[in-house]
Amino acid sequence: MSKFRVMGLFRDFEEAFDAIADIRQYKVPGVSVDNVTLLSPIEHPEIEEVLGERPAHVPKFTLAGALFGITFGFLFLASAQATFLVQPQGGKPVVPLPTNIVLTYEMLILFGVLFTVISFLIGARLLRKRDGMYSEMVSLDQVGVIVEVEEKSVQPLKDLFEKHKAVEVREEVSR
Amino acid sequence: MQTKDINEEIKWAQINKDVLRSMENPRKAYWVAVGMCLAMLACAVVAEIYQYRTGMGVADLNWPNMWGLYIATFIFWIGMSHSGTLLSAILHIIHADWRKPIYRFAEAMTTFSLMTAGLFPVIHLGRMWNMYWVLPYVSDRGIWPNFRSPLVWDAFAIFTYLTSSALFLFIGMIPDLAICRDNARGWRKKLYTVLSLGWAGTDRQWRHFRKTYLLMACFLIPLAVSVHSIVSSDFAMSIMPGWHVTTFPPYFVAGALYSGCAAIITLFIILRYFFRFEEYMTIPIMEKTCKLTFAIAMVWTYLNLIEFASTWYGHDLVAKEVLVDKFVGHWAPYFWAMLFFGSVLPFTLAFEKLRRHLPTMFVVSLFLNVGMWLERWMIVGPTLSMAYQPFAWNFEYPSMVQWAIVFGSFGWFGLLFLVFVKIFPSVSMYEVKEMVYHRRRAHVEDQAVAFHRRAGDGQPVTDTP
Repeated sequence: MSKFRVMGLFRDFEEAFDAIADIRQYKVPGVSVDNVTLLSPIEHPEIEEVLGERPAHVPKFTLAGALFGITFGFLFLASAQATFLVQPQGGKPVVPLPTNIVLTYEMLILFGVLFTVISFLIGARLLRKRDGMYSEMVSLDQVGVIVEVEEKSVQPLKDLFEKHKAVEVREEVSR
Repeated sequence: MQTKDINEEIKWAQINKDVLRSMENPRKAYWVAVGMCLAMLACAVVAEIYQYRTGMGVADLNWPNMWGLYIATFIFWIGMSHSGTLLSAILHIIHADWRKPIYRFAEAMTTFSLMTAGLFPVIHLGRMWNMYWVLPYVSDRGIWPNFRSPLVWDAFAIFTYLTSSALFLFIGMIPDLAICRDNARGWRKKLYTVLSLGWAGTDRQWRHFRKTYLLMACFLIPLAVSVHSIVSSDFAMSIMPGWHVTTFPPYFVAGALYSGCAAIITLFIILRYFFRFEEYMTIPIMEKTCKLTFAIAMVWTYLNLIEFASTWYGHDLVAKEVLVDKFVGHWAPYFWAMLFFGSVLPFTLAFEKLRRHLPTMFVVSLFLNVGMWLERWMIVGPTLSMAYQPFAWNFEYPSMVQWAIVFGSFGWFGLLFLVFVKIFPSVSMYEVKEMVYHRRRAHVEDQAVAFHRRAGDGQPVTDTP
């Protein structure tokens, strides 16, 4: 059975949140808040209270990047310096820790930042073709609520959006 | 008198309109500024071609004055880059929302300053095609660069800082690029469609965006401090008189923040005038920036005094000789000018009436940066001209070639900046919307209580009696 996506555009967060609160209370049978996507011009500070906790794994990537940076940075420097084993060092260490710490630290930051950005691109699902369900009004001043539902729930959901003063309601067959 | 950082009644649609308008047909003054920058850049290009064809001798760079204006200006531009990203990151972490209308151009300033700074070691090298020798690659003899050298640290640190700052600027701009995409036509639409990476403003995107931006800010703060500490190591790790100073890293960082803040004031006033950004670049925000600059100026002054005292009471007679020469010798006019511009002039920032007067602040900010540039010259010049071999003591005024290239670097920076503000939004639209939204909410008591409770604070103070 094909799925549908319904989008309601609201003038402000309060109206959109009221509509989501009704979805949370199962006022539209078969529709859960887990199917809701919110589109907004800014991030609302209390979004998690409305949509519930949703994961973002960016810090794990950041940690992985930082650890990779430390390991790669130090090993890279040490292996480059180890080529001097064949040359007399005059008592100096082949792999000098104090100076290598400086460059290792820079690598920590560089890879920490790079991994963070990569995780953002992956996690936020960027760099892919944009979903058809989008309104340019979202980048202006309106708040959109998109819900993926079965065909039988489309009309009740549209009624719910209209009850909460949606400026515009759209639907499309989900791809 | 304007007392609020931003007009809380401004509509979100109006914010888009005002900022997008700034990217359309510019005022005549904009083209005049572009023309001036091009003329300045042309001076540098001609001087560089002449230097390249004739040899480094025309720059008068010879022992003992081997570094001259090129390295002094390199440090100046590295320093200039500090305030943008560093202040933006610090103010973001502590939720100082007045940064929001001004951080975008400050971050752009960071990126372009670094791009300008990067030119100077290449120019100074003379044989610029050998610049890649500083990169960490192995030559055909199996020899790597000397990783013990602060000059190699510089290459690592500046590359990391430029990459991270550019990414910080770009990531922070993605939601705004989506706004541009939705409002542009023609080649601009294509450009913004590619650059906005498919941003739609979903809760998933915002959630990841918030964490990414915060984590990057956390990385950039220590990175910015480390970069200028490493640049100071170019000097402090030598045993030259006047350079082998323990306080050099914090001194460099303070000087960097100082010149960066002064540059923010200059660009603030220019953009406010060019693009009629009176609603966003407000006088109260200007005042806060001025107060911050004043505080940093006092830290810089203190570190100067520490340096003088430690040299005066130290045992290095040659270093003391260099210091005396700065006060009463050949370098005295420049040195006293540096002290005046760097330590005395900032007291104008302590007066509210002057802080709110934009023409005064514009002139003051320019002179503060003249002082900061002189500071870098006073680090490089005197020590080289009076090192440990008295027979080699030699005061040499920089040649016109050096001056022309330094002069042109300001044109290069200005040109990059002016092109940036025409293609990209110089005020962050989504962050200003957030600022307006939060401030408006703070006036509604119930919402304010809930907001503060979530943040772990106690009862908020509201305007309601």
